Amino acid sequence: MQKYEFLEHTADAKFRAYGKTLEEAFINAALATTTIMCEVSEVKPKIEKKLNITAKKKESLLFDFLQQLVILLDTEGFLLGAVKSITISKNKEVYSLHAVILGDSADHYEIHTAIKAVTYNDMFIKEEQGLITIQVVHDL
Amino acid sequence: MSDVIPKKLNAYSYIVEKEGKMNVPLKIFANEKLMEKMMEDRCILQGMNVATLPGIRGFSIMMPDAHQGYGFSIGGVAAIDANDGCISPGGVGFDIDCGVRLLVTNLTSKEVRPQIHKLLDVLFKNVPPGVGAKSLLRLTDAELEEVLVKGAKWMVEQGYGTQDDLDCCEEYGTMPGADPKTVSHTAKARGRGQLGTLGSGNHFLEIQYIGKIFDKKTAKAFGILKEDQIVVMIHCGSRGLGHQVCTDYLRAIEEQFPEIMKTLAEKDLAYAPAKSKLAQDYYGAMCAAANFAWANRHMIGHQVRKSFKEVFGDDTEVKTVYDVAHNIAKLEEHEADGEKFMAWVHRKGATRAFGPGRPEIPKKYREIGQPIFIPGSMGTSSYVLVGTEKSMKESFGSTAHGAGRLMSRFKANQLWRGQELKQQLEKESIFIKAASWKGISEEAPLAYKDVDEVVKVSDEAGIGKIVAQCKPIGVVKG
Repeated sequence: MQKYEFLEHTADAKFRAYGKTLEEAFINAALATTTIMCEVSEVKPKIEKKLNITAKKKESLLFDFLQQLVILLDTEGFLLGAVKSITISKNKEVYSLHAVILGDSADHYEIHTAIKAVTYNDMFIKEEQGLITIQVVHDL
Repeated sequence: MSDVIPKKLNAYSYIVEKEGKMNVPLKIFANEKLMEKMMEDRCILQGMNVATLPGIRGFSIMMPDAHQGYGFSIGGVAAIDANDGCISPGGVGFDIDCGVRLLVTNLTSKEVRPQIHKLLDVLFKNVPPGVGAKSLLRLTDAELEEVLVKGAKWMVEQGYGTQDDLDCCEEYGTMPGADPKTVSHTAKARGRGQLGTLGSGNHFLEIQYIGKIFDKKTAKAFGILKEDQIVVMIHCGSRGLGHQVCTDYLRAIEEQFPEIMKTLAEKDLAYAPAKSKLAQDYYGAMCAAANFAWANRHMIGHQVRKSFKEVFGDDTEVKTVYDVAHNIAKLEEHEADGEKFMAWVHRKGATRAFGPGRPEIPKKYREIGQPIFIPGSMGTSSYVLVGTEKSMKESFGSTAHGAGRLMSRFKANQLWRGQELKQQLEKESIFIKAASWKGISEEAPLAYKDVDEVVKVSDEAGIGKIVAQCKPIGVVKG
C-alpha cells in the first residue's frame, strides 16, 4: 500500500494519505506533511513529544493534528520524522487523539518550503473496502 | 475547469450575471489570454461563491492575476457591508497583510552591479530568509503586545527606521483597532522569533533597476527619477503569527456557527456575521497581525538601508516610496447601487489602488494617487502603478497584486533544478542568494503568469495605471 501521494495543485500542496485504519492514515498524513518541507526519512527520532487533541468531527481532528505540527515547527523548531504511537477514539460526540511523535530540531535540516497553514479546502476522510483515504491541501 | 463561461464586456473585462444563490454579479478583469488560464482551474466558481456571501455589495470582483484559492480565489475583492454583512478570515487569507514595500536609492545599476555579490551577502546576513530564520530582535511578551498595537511605529520608537518611513506606509504603519487580547498565545508564540525575517515560498527581497518610465511626472513624485536607478522591493507578510490568527478564527467560526457552515459551498468561505462578537474579535486580531506585518517590512526596510550604507558608504540614500498590503480587510466608505455604505473591503491577493484626493493617502501623494507595486515572478519585471479615480467606481479602489501562479510547486520542482535555474538567470546578469535551492525551482518564472499581461489589463481597465517597470539584478529568497 502506498503511504501517500501528491496531487496537482496550482499554488499549494495537495496530497492523499492512505491507511488500513484511521490511525495509520493519520500517521501517513503527518509524514506527507513533513515531506512537503524536507526529506522525512532523514529526520532523526531524537526528540519525543506527546499530543492530545479533541474535536467534534474527524476532519477537525485531522486539521488540528496537522496544524500542531506546523505550530511545533514555528514555536519550538521541532520537525516530525515519525509517529511512535497513535490512538483515536470516539466518546459520545467527541473524537480524541493521543499520539507520541518523534523528530528532531529543524536547525539540522534544509527546509525548502514552509507550510503556512492546514486548510479545509478539498479535505475529506473516506473509507472504501477497508481502505481509509485522507485528502488535505496545505497552504504554502 | 470552469463550467460557466463568463460574458465578455470589452477587451479587459468579463461578467457572470447573478444566478442561483449569488447576491451580486461577478466581474472579472482579464483579457482573452488571462481568461483562458482562469478557465483552467476553479477560480471563477470561487468568485461566484463569494458573490453568495451575506451583505456583499456591487460585484464580486476578480483581478487579472486571479487563480484558485481556498473558498475565495487569490486575486479577489469583495466589499461586504460592515453593518449587516459579515467578515471572512478566508477572504483575507492566511498571510494577513502580506504586502510589498518599495525603496528608492540614489544609486544606478552601473554602480551597484560590480558589488552585487557583496550586497547580497550583507542582505542575507541582515535580513534572515528561509524557514526557521531567527529574528535579530528578542521580544518580551510586553514588547510583542506593543508591536501588535503600534505596528511599524513601535519600530521607530526603538530606533529602527524613520518617521519618513511611517509617513510612506499604508495606514502609516499602524492599523487602528488592533486588539492583542484577541490574538492567541499560539499565534504570538509562532510570530515572536520571526520579526524582521523574510520567510520562504514566494517571499523575496529584490534589488532592481528602473527599466522604463511610462509616466514621468508620477514617477518623479514617487522618487523614481531616471531609468537605471536602483530600487529595492520587499515582499513578505505577517509570518507565523498572521497564519495562526487566520487558522484560529476559521476554527472558531466552525465551532460557534455550525449553521452557517452548513450553507457554504466551501468551508474556507466561513464568515462571522457583522454584529457578532467573533467578527469584532477577528477584526481586532487581523489588525494586530497587520501591524506585525508592517513592523516586519519596516524592520526589513531598515536593515536594507543599513546594508546599502555598509556596502556603498554612509551617504547612500535609501528612501521608502510606499508599502501596500495585498491580503487584508479594510473598513472603507464606498458606493454601490447609488448608495454610500461602510464596507469591509476584503482584498485577497489584491492591492488597494486609491485615486487622487482620498484622505487615506499620504499628503505627499494625495494629489497624484496611491503608489501600487506589482511584483513579477523571480527574474522577471515588476511594476510601479498609481491608483485612479476609476478604480473607486470599478473595483472598490483595488487592482491586481502579482503574476499569479500557473503551475504547482511540485510540477515546477520536477521540471527545473534550482542550480540550473540559478545559472540560467546568471546569464541574464540576475544573481540569486537563496536559503534553499528547491525554493528557487518552485518559484521558476515559467511557473507564473506573465506579469506584463496582468499590469496591461489593470492599465487598460483604468484601475491602476502603469508608472514604471523595474527589472531585477539581485534576489534574496527564502
